Amino acid sequence: MNTPIQQTDAQGRLRHFLSIEGFRREQLEQILDAAESFAMLPGRQVKKVPLLRGKIITNLFFENSTRTRTTFELAAKLLSADVINFNVNVSATAKGETLLDTLRNIEAMHSDMFVVRHQASGAAHFIARHAAPGVSVINAGDGRHAHPTQAMLDMFTIRRHKGDFTPLRVAIVGDIQHSRVARSQIMALNTLGVSEVRVIAPRTLLPAEARSLGVHVYHDLAQGLEDVDVIIMLRLQKERMEHALLPSEHEYFQLYGLTQARLKKAKPDAIVMHPGPINRGVEIASEVADGPQSVILQQVSYGIAVRMAVMSMALGGTAGETQS
Amino acid sequence: MNRIHIQGGRLIDPANGVDARQDLWLEDGKVLAVGEQPQGFKPDQVIDARGKIICPGLIDLGVHLREPGQEHKGTICSEGRAAARGGITTLVCMPDTLPVIDTPAVWELIRRRAKACGNARVLAIGALTHGLAGDQLAETGALKQAGCVAVSNTRRRMANTLVTRHALEYASTFDLPVILCSEDPHLKANGCVHEGAVASRLGLPGIPAAAETVAVARDLALTEHTGCLSHFHTLSTGRAIEMIRQARQDGAQLTAGVAIHQLFLMDMDVDGFNAACHVDPPLRTQGDRDRLRQAVRDGDIQVICSDHQPHEEDAKTEPFPLTAPGISGLETLLPLSLKLVQEGILDLPTAIAALTSGPARVLDLPLGRLDPGRSADICIFDPDAIWELDPETMASRGKNTPFAGWEFRGRVTHTLFEGRLTWSNDS
Repeated sequence: MNTPIQQTDAQGRLRHFLSIEGFRREQLEQILDAAESFAMLPGRQVKKVPLLRGKIITNLFFENSTRTRTTFELAAKLLSADVINFNVNVSATAKGETLLDTLRNIEAMHSDMFVVRHQASGAAHFIARHAAPGVSVINAGDGRHAHPTQAMLDMFTIRRHKGDFTPLRVAIVGDIQHSRVARSQIMALNTLGVSEVRVIAPRTLLPAEARSLGVHVYHDLAQGLEDVDVIIMLRLQKERMEHALLPSEHEYFQLYGLTQARLKKAKPDAIVMHPGPINRGVEIASEVADGPQSVILQQVSYGIAVRMAVMSMALGGTAGETQS
Repeated sequence: MNRIHIQGGRLIDPANGVDARQDLWLEDGKVLAVGEQPQGFKPDQVIDARGKIICPGLIDLGVHLREPGQEHKGTICSEGRAAARGGITTLVCMPDTLPVIDTPAVWELIRRRAKACGNARVLAIGALTHGLAGDQLAETGALKQAGCVAVSNTRRRMANTLVTRHALEYASTFDLPVILCSEDPHLKANGCVHEGAVASRLGLPGIPAAAETVAVARDLALTEHTGCLSHFHTLSTGRAIEMIRQARQDGAQLTAGVAIHQLFLMDMDVDGFNAACHVDPPLRTQGDRDRLRQAVRDGDIQVICSDHQPHEEDAKTEPFPLTAPGISGLETLLPLSLKLVQEGILDLPTAIAALTSGPARVLDLPLGRLDPGRSADICIFDPDAIWELDPETMASRGKNTPFAGWEFRGRVTHTLFEGRLTWSNDS
């Protein structure tokens, strides 16, 4: 009844991509290598390939999202798959249709893959458990749990700039507690063997047992940034103030906002990342976001290549074939 | 004219300090004699209990019966059958039916249904506040007169500490025990699992241990202040046990209970988003579980209950945070308790006391013991029968159990309620 979902098949090939948890280092590197084959030179359009011709990919989004859905859609189209978009109104499901009902309805349209975003942690696992055999599920964000393709595009960005993961010190700054991105990044970084993962945040924005995730915890931004190679800033949601987790945006920026002066604590060649969308003057100063160390816009473009890699691997097309 | 002779078994009757090979003779629904055959007794039926254990029928304090209002989850009849299979003869039901048990009329309806079904005694815990809404007192005086054995606001929130104070004072006017489910609703917020390593990793909203301890501290203070008869129901944290223990050592007259699943499962069992382990209060750490076990052994906890909450399949077929909490527990209450004995945590009389005389004492019931004149509510089990739990074979309408596939040693062979056989499975 509750056997764990296997994300790979007996031959080790990708079936689902629900969480970074459970993957080995070589498997994550394989995804990065595949993404590399799709990623063209910066600024050039990724070439359309016929790898998934005849496949149907359904974007099943229970939470508003424009950019993530768009990059998944673009990635699918560049692989020549047909794409169906379902933006499921949350209030419609509140009227009595369960997630399983919704899934059964959409399944009748014979998708090969579901790309799922849902506000409940575990929703992607749930769909993978109940989807018809042979249907792949890609998690595009479930509650606070995981957002593995975002984490992989971040890893891709880091590898492009830094090459080897092993000597790196990486700092993740901001709202770790409510962030599925941070959880997936931490697991990916540790799996890929970085030297140290730090999280920097006030205690109200940290999980109860943050250290159990395999990170060093800092409350002071300047200390935490000391000698790091990579800085990942997280978006601060406005509702954190309403729930008494923070006093104000102003104080947050004073203490945890990334400014040019603070950036100097990190290594001179440190890169600055952000999963977007950014709040200028809340978690990051414009001078840093637009500065020479920022790789924020590259992250967005790499997102397409990484999602192409994951989709093509899960649906059995190998990335290598495309480039010959 | 229903005379039964139960022959050759080992009788364990903790309230009477009995653990010996003794026969029982029953007549007209009552225990006629124990140990010595009454003159001229001619049984209509002889139950061969050789190799088996005879104990008082179990009393399950705090089951969620679902009728009226949620019959798709369970009915008084279906759950009564499940109780009989589990050796339970008294179900003490929580007031959170639909409508809630806040008037004698609702209780009267349940009482009649239970009488018509006839497979277990159903007693009621009345609502502490009107509609369980937490702000106006329910007519607890009338509920007491109608036969409610205790009052509770279940896990629903009270408006504020002043209302709680008055509710406890008012209940104590009638010497009604109060079943407290101590939990701070603000600290609980939208949490669905223990706030710890598993919640941190899976990104599930957590319920901190402090949600329980803050409320236990408040309720201990109010118990002392009001002098009410408090029973701390289904505790989950080791820290709360320490507080209860200290209060008892300081002379407080209060009792405590635990749900049987809390003595086996831990927060790590939720891993993989296992909704069968979604319970309220949440499964906590191994340290908490071990402390709870020790508390039963030490007598700081006097009651083990099933916290029975049957659900339809759909209620558990959602992403984890959206599933309904609870376990259908009647049929695993005794088997799991016996597992505690097999694991050397408890001796058999202590385990049985927590299922019989313990809850009877909390509610001041003349049940849970088998001396002459008592109601012939009896559970007979084969302590060596080995079996595996298949939820599909459960009598409860709710098949929601995390114990599917578990192997148990010890199985109920006969249940008698008021001297009538309500279950027999003697192979």
